[in-house]
Amino acid sequence: MIYLDNAATTLHKPQQVIDAVVLAMENFGNVARGTHEESLSASRAVFNTRIKLATLFGCTGGAGNTVFCQNSTEALNIAINGIINEGDHVITTDLEHNSVLRPLYRLEKEKNVKLDFVRADINGNINYDDFEKLINQKTRAIVCTHASNLTGLVLDINIIGGIAKKYGLLFILDASQSAGVFDINMKDMNIDVICFTGHKSLFGPQGTGGMCIARGVEIRPFKTGGTGIKTFSRYQPEEYPVRLEAGTLNSHGIAGLSAALDFIEETGIENIRNKEEGLARRFYEGVKDFENIKIYGDYTKKRAPIVSLNIGDYDSGAISDELASVYEIATRPGGHCAPRAHEALGTVDKGIVRFSFSYFNTEEEIDEAIEAVAELCKK
Amino acid sequence: MREKKLRIVVVFNTTTDAMAAEVCLKKHKVEGRLIPLPSEISAGCGMSWSSPPDLSEEIEEILKTEGIRYENIYTVYM
Repeated sequence: MIYLDNAATTLHKPQQVIDAVVLAMENFGNVARGTHEESLSASRAVFNTRIKLATLFGCTGGAGNTVFCQNSTEALNIAINGIINEGDHVITTDLEHNSVLRPLYRLEKEKNVKLDFVRADINGNINYDDFEKLINQKTRAIVCTHASNLTGLVLDINIIGGIAKKYGLLFILDASQSAGVFDINMKDMNIDVICFTGHKSLFGPQGTGGMCIARGVEIRPFKTGGTGIKTFSRYQPEEYPVRLEAGTLNSHGIAGLSAALDFIEETGIENIRNKEEGLARRFYEGVKDFENIKIYGDYTKKRAPIVSLNIGDYDSGAISDELASVYEIATRPGGHCAPRAHEALGTVDKGIVRFSFSYFNTEEEIDEAIEAVAELCKK
Repeated sequence: MREKKLRIVVVFNTTTDAMAAEVCLKKHKVEGRLIPLPSEISAGCGMSWSSPPDLSEEIEEILKTEGIRYENIYTVYM
């Protein structure tokens, strides 16, 4: 089987990640729930992982402002609901995943929040001038993705962060498709909250994710409950990270994420990026001139390792199913939780087949996938 | 049960601060360890750093120099 659905989740994890999870499951007590060695082992592992993440993202709030939750979706829900107030205006883009869109649409419906969208064109590109044009007196925040999960377009977050800073807006970044592959620095790029997931390009286990919060940014808790601290206070402690971390943490998964961050550090983000970009480019060059093929996105721009396409008038589900059942190649068809991006590309009716690549894919796998697409284009 | 002794107890707002303090104080080879927060101290997180009483000033100095946040240092007969 050739796994090319890495934008959904990376299948191949470094062995040290698996080993770390097993070791944690054999040894960890509950984080911050005592000072016996088993609890302390878990607490220390989680603390070390916070440091690694704060370093990776240049978190101005440090390890203490690095919060764990299940995934990007949960992080985005916590950040969006915990920052945006009734009547606020928010700017986002057409390229967003439903993990950004649905929390915003709910606030629009229930809290009279006004939304404006930086529009994507038929190639999936946006115009950065539009952010400034959409700002009004009630604009509170810009919420946007770092990289489109549909076309792979990487947004210039330096520009967006600069605009947010210029107008005193909060900048919430969805780094689901970029963490561990593209450089992100909260301080240099004026990012207030980075929401990330552990199980995609960070190579960690599913169920790990979180956010890095810039110093001074206040987020209301999404949930309240046990924290292991200040038991006799009626209310959730004010201090990060516990403010946003009620309940037992997934320390087993976080131990795996910690090992994954070590892998990325040892391998080098640049090496990971170069290899993944090389594989995506090899696939794109191999398939782009086939008859009946339609490739989406702009290949002159900076891109995440994603190639999205359709063949003839086939439904994307039929193409992806053929790839899986005949060629044993795993891809993702359909809407990819990105409704507005499909509207921009004109693919609402049949969806798109997405090929997404990982550091652990090989050139041989890419060439086999090219052959498979070649055969499908002839049929 | 062990004999009660006078100890100092460094109290933190969050477990993350306690973890940072442990790393820092171990680096400086300060005698002591993380213990459950004594019940008589009502504030702070569930874990605290305990050391012999004569180390109070040294610990305060180290934590301040290294920028480690803590809530308070108590002397407790425990």
